[in-house]
Amino acid sequence: MFKFEKLVFGDAGWGDEFLVATLMTLVVSILSMGLGLFLAILTVWAKIIQNRITNFFANFYTTVIRGIPELLVIYLIFFGGNSLVMSIAKVFGYNKYIELNALTIATIAIAVISATYSSEVLRAAYLSISKGQIEAARALGMNKFNIFLKVISPQVIRHALPGIGNVWQITLKDTSLISVTGLVEIMRQTRISSNVEHSPLTFLITAAILYLCLTTLSSRVFKSLEINYSKGFST
Amino acid sequence: MIDFFNNITNSLIFNNFFLVLSGLDNTILLLLISLPIGFILALLFALGRVSKIIILSKVIAGYIFIIRGTPLLVQIYLIYFGLGSVKFIRESFLWYALKEPFWCGVIALTINTVAYGAEIFRGGIQSIEKSQVESGLSLGFTKFLLLRKIILPIAIRKVLPSYGNELILMVKATSLVSLTTYMEMTGIARKIMAKTFAPIEAFIAAGILYLFLNFLMVQFVKYLEWKYNPHLRLNN
Repeated sequence: MFKFEKLVFGDAGWGDEFLVATLMTLVVSILSMGLGLFLAILTVWAKIIQNRITNFFANFYTTVIRGIPELLVIYLIFFGGNSLVMSIAKVFGYNKYIELNALTIATIAIAVISATYSSEVLRAAYLSISKGQIEAARALGMNKFNIFLKVISPQVIRHALPGIGNVWQITLKDTSLISVTGLVEIMRQTRISSNVEHSPLTFLITAAILYLCLTTLSSRVFKSLEINYSKGFST
Repeated sequence: MIDFFNNITNSLIFNNFFLVLSGLDNTILLLLISLPIGFILALLFALGRVSKIIILSKVIAGYIFIIRGTPLLVQIYLIYFGLGSVKFIRESFLWYALKEPFWCGVIALTINTVAYGAEIFRGGIQSIEKSQVESGLSLGFTKFLLLRKIILPIAIRKVLPSYGNELILMVKATSLVSLTTYMEMTGIARKIMAKTFAPIEAFIAAGILYLFLNFLMVQFVKYLEWKYNPHLRLNN
């Protein structure tokens, strides 16, 4: 059933391939989490300023992406992304064939999904800052940039960290869906290995254990980050 | 005007819409079986998790940890490809269910939602004030009556919003079952795309249907919240 000898490093087993695949999962997760946070900040900004058009687009984006399955978003970006990029390039007078590589598409797809979750977390964290603080900062003559940097963002980070930790776990698990695009991360490697060796159970259990390790490790990291950022606040 | 309607009814996205719609019943079937079973099992697991029997509590905690720590895709593949590759399972009665992608999907979705649901219900049960349980005990309630009349109604009412979230995640999770060759909406959309080479039209048609399904789910949860929170209604 479970064949340990298939998992040794080197040519005889799949150990080193799985190590590379795990690193790829981590890379995709980190890249898309970062891009997702950036998109989320834009979305939150579009939601909190008093502008009907940006409000509408931000709400439309989060509602639609959260309402349709992740797999569908990935399919849409994977199969439709190329033609979309090409038609945008055509507007700028570039008519050659463009192909995005799998990592780019994977990162964008997961980031688009992860940003909707992050934006809710960040928005809640922003709303939890009392208005008096921002008014006080303004009364002291701080400009908008300084208010954002020195008053808002430190508190948003502290309030948002537990939620961001959850979003990270979701993002990490969502990267398993990227295997449909052919990028060799843990799930893709699992399919490849089990097709070659005809023992799917071994490799699927390996994949499950790898994901468990990743999620456990990252929850440890986030816990220590939370402790670090809530210094001076007894909880 | 007639031209305009002809254009719409002949358009790819319109045709795709009805093709994908034919997979709606398969998606709903998955949900109709896995959600009720998942709800009941999640309640039982949550009760086991907060019970004083340490072994039971630890075993359920381990189960929740494993399921929540791995992607649903791994669980679906483990049941569909993994269990199918073991010889004695193929020879046992389990094979009748496990050879069908539909039942594999149902089993995987149920296992998944039970873990998340149990954790949600545990939060609800633990948030009940002790005084309410104590007053129930002082009135001479038996344990079962206490559970039925005090603990469960309050706990379920409290966690309805987050359980509603989980229900929506489940609607979205059914799309993963398409990767085991089961033809529900995502699977059909994928097939249309392979046939017509028009990915955006196919997946947008499916996306609209999923949005509609989730909209219904949200309304259902809102209705439940309205029904089980009579004290919060403004005017009844």
